[in-house]
Amino acid sequence: MSKKLNRREFIKISSLGLGGAALGCSLFDPFDLMGKAKGFAGPSIEKFPTYCEICFWKCAAWAVKKDAEPWKIEGNENDPLCNGRLCPRGTGGIGAYLDDERLKVPLIRTAERGKQTFREASWDEALNYIAKKMEDIKQKHGPECFALFSHGTGGIFFKNLLRAYGSDNVTAPSYAQCRGPREDAYYFTFGEIIGSPPNTDIKNTDCLVLIGSHIGENMHNTQVQEFAELIQRGGTIISVDPRFSVAASKAKYWLPIKPATDLALLLAWINVIIEEKLYDKDYIERYAHGFEELKAEVKDYTPEWAYPITTISPDLIRKTAREMGKAAPRVIIHPGRHVTWYGDDTQRVRAGAILNALLGSWGRKGGFFFPAKKKVPKYPIPKFPKPAMTWWDLNPDKYPLASEILAQGLCDATVPSIDRKCAIKGWFVYGVNIPMSIPNFPKTLEGIQNLELLVAIDTMPSEITGWADVVLPECTYLERYDDLRISQGRIPTVALRAPVFKPRWQSKPGSWIAKELAKKLGLEKYFPWKNMEEYLDYRLKKIGSSLKEMKKIGVKKFNWNQPLYGLDGEDFEFNTDTGKIELSSTVLAASGFDPVPKYTHHEEPAEGYYRLLYGRAPMHTFGRTTNNPILVQLMSENEVWINADVAKEWGIENGQYIKLENQDGVISNKIKAKVTERIRRDCVYMVHGFGHRSKMMKRSYLKGADDNQLITKVLEDPIMGGTGMRGNFVTFKVEEA
Amino acid sequence: MARYAMVIDTKKCVGCGDCVVACKTENQTPEGFHRDWIAQQTHGAFPDLTLEIRSERCNHCENPPCVPVCPTGASHIDEYSNITLVHHDKCIGCKACIAACPYDARYVHPDGYVDKCTFCIHRVKQGKKPACVSVCPTHCMYFGDLEDPTSDASRLLKSRKWKVIAPAAGTKPQVYYLI
Repeated sequence: MSKKLNRREFIKISSLGLGGAALGCSLFDPFDLMGKAKGFAGPSIEKFPTYCEICFWKCAAWAVKKDAEPWKIEGNENDPLCNGRLCPRGTGGIGAYLDDERLKVPLIRTAERGKQTFREASWDEALNYIAKKMEDIKQKHGPECFALFSHGTGGIFFKNLLRAYGSDNVTAPSYAQCRGPREDAYYFTFGEIIGSPPNTDIKNTDCLVLIGSHIGENMHNTQVQEFAELIQRGGTIISVDPRFSVAASKAKYWLPIKPATDLALLLAWINVIIEEKLYDKDYIERYAHGFEELKAEVKDYTPEWAYPITTISPDLIRKTAREMGKAAPRVIIHPGRHVTWYGDDTQRVRAGAILNALLGSWGRKGGFFFPAKKKVPKYPIPKFPKPAMTWWDLNPDKYPLASEILAQGLCDATVPSIDRKCAIKGWFVYGVNIPMSIPNFPKTLEGIQNLELLVAIDTMPSEITGWADVVLPECTYLERYDDLRISQGRIPTVALRAPVFKPRWQSKPGSWIAKELAKKLGLEKYFPWKNMEEYLDYRLKKIGSSLKEMKKIGVKKFNWNQPLYGLDGEDFEFNTDTGKIELSSTVLAASGFDPVPKYTHHEEPAEGYYRLLYGRAPMHTFGRTTNNPILVQLMSENEVWINADVAKEWGIENGQYIKLENQDGVISNKIKAKVTERIRRDCVYMVHGFGHRSKMMKRSYLKGADDNQLITKVLEDPIMGGTGMRGNFVTFKVEEA
Repeated sequence: MARYAMVIDTKKCVGCGDCVVACKTENQTPEGFHRDWIAQQTHGAFPDLTLEIRSERCNHCENPPCVPVCPTGASHIDEYSNITLVHHDKCIGCKACIAACPYDARYVHPDGYVDKCTFCIHRVKQGKKPACVSVCPTHCMYFGDLEDPTSDASRLLKSRKWKVIAPAAGTKPQVYYLI
């Protein structure tokens, strides 16, 4: 199962000439020098292949035990997603396993929802309870009245279960609360989505333009590695950010833009690129549709027009546009990831996509590569029943171009309404802490109180588990098999996650939970594999590997014979209606939206109020890691960044606890003020994921403030339903903290 | 005899703290105590700003003030490597070294002895880099022997501008920051 070497075996191998560099690379640590000095044998070191679950990047790694005890996690040298180096979250991932405040046993609610009063139950009892309720809902309302909120690798087994049961109402907040506008905007423009990890060729670029992306505080692994290489190479970084982020501090140009005006800057850049003929004429002529419409549409979006809107000088707008033109096609207007900001997000991201098109960077070296991805056959299962109805049918006129079901849409559909045939009656919530990740929880709560069944599957007693009828403790990624990691990148890779430890307490893998539930529901034919070993071995053998091989190597690279770059004059058909890059979008036009982005003005804060901005810290993944006993030692609470002049006006000292009140009178938990020159006067900033209200997580309970609680105003994207979250304004409650 | 040094490129460092986490797990430091940490310094006023980020630790000074003040000889310079180390079993936890260190690089381990960065000498002896250097996603940290002119550390100190922390203390730190 594991690669285990004791000291004697190590010496034997060393004597065969395999020691030194080969073994010294990262994995084996058989000599404890203190022990050796005293004449003791070294500790026994075992390593197990996994891939990280702390964020979606899913770096392949080795979990290492010393004398059978948990020790450390190191990146897998052969994984191009990490190059043997994990980020702080991944390195601290062992804390997820060690956390003694995890969910330990199945729980069944005993008092009204939200009181967090539960009794412990056996797995059999808990699953029987769920199965009975699911049968009831199927009988009374139809199986389509059941929804799944899913985040994380194990969610796939619950999707399988829900589809087998008869519902397609599956959602993930990663769409409408995060990257949705990006994927749709790039799809409308190039006929392809960006995907994860993104196909940005930072490794080879000469100019990287970041629109609010704070790479470095945002630790998506090889993206940061390539960003650091770019710094070393002396490449141009242009950072557009109201805050002097770490990335801004590394940039040649920092554009401290007025928040909510990024689209004006992007349109002005497009104007300059066209007016000064900095665009790639051959590329546009051959591959693009709608250049003349675009040119006419942006004619008036001059840098002088953008200046009073953005506060960025015309000079700087032209200078930075020329830098991009000079670097083209080795230039990236970074598409971002969390882009649901102001409700016109699809159009804003599309403006960046159009800029990339003009500069000829899509499909070109130093721009965006065509990602490679291994096709891995699925384990065969019977065809799912066709649901009588899905969320799409409940909302025939809204968000015509949404490509996934909206998480907040399913929350809304749970609130009973006479206009609707089916209100959602049952929820599975897998790894999604809804109160802290989907805005307007008080509204969602109306729906929750109407549910006949809410099952939360999680590793931690997160806030949503407090509202559940049944709480199922999943074991962490270090205690389970999961489906394969099949990542896109410059070469195709497949990675294995195998259990490092036995599940603690009574926790179980999601794959096991879903299959056992399927049995109780008579749906076992949809889970035909004997166990995960058999499931994984089946899939791996289809691609010329095996579970046995993958346990030794952890990650496997595959050949790829398609080019990563092209578009240098050869014929190419894009996956759009016109077969070309759509500078003017036929799909948007057909649905009644602007085919070329137009600037939309957004509300500004009233006197004494400041726009609430939020972002990430490098050692945390939102609220999912803020109780991790290792990572909490690096950052245990968030701070609110306040411009030094503003703080002076309010008499706020650096390090002082204050509270924030938003435009709707919602008051935050107390939060430490970070008084700094590094942010504009008209906004404040905090790291998302703090201010937990679940008392069962003692390290994070009421530590810092929860931005999501203050996001009561949502600016919904009419194109795809993204929840714009940066239209909220806060003022300071200095005395009350 | 080697003269080990660490050279850290502040231009590349993003202050993610991975060095801190890797040290914590590699060396199993107790909860709440760290052998290394991140320092950030902002200069200027909005919008004319600079930010310097440094991964800091024991400077393994050529002239370490913590060594002569140690009453038991626990705090010492390792002959093999020129690294400043502490014999845990000789340490009586008197904290004289903590008072003498201008860098606040030492702490009293809950087990009673003084602990601090060892440059991961246990790894170095196996031909590996210290845990913090090996993990750094930005590759901003370099570890090497300054007696060897071909080492990355030696070459970088020749080709780049650098500084050490609190040079006026006269300690001759062996952790260098490229600026």
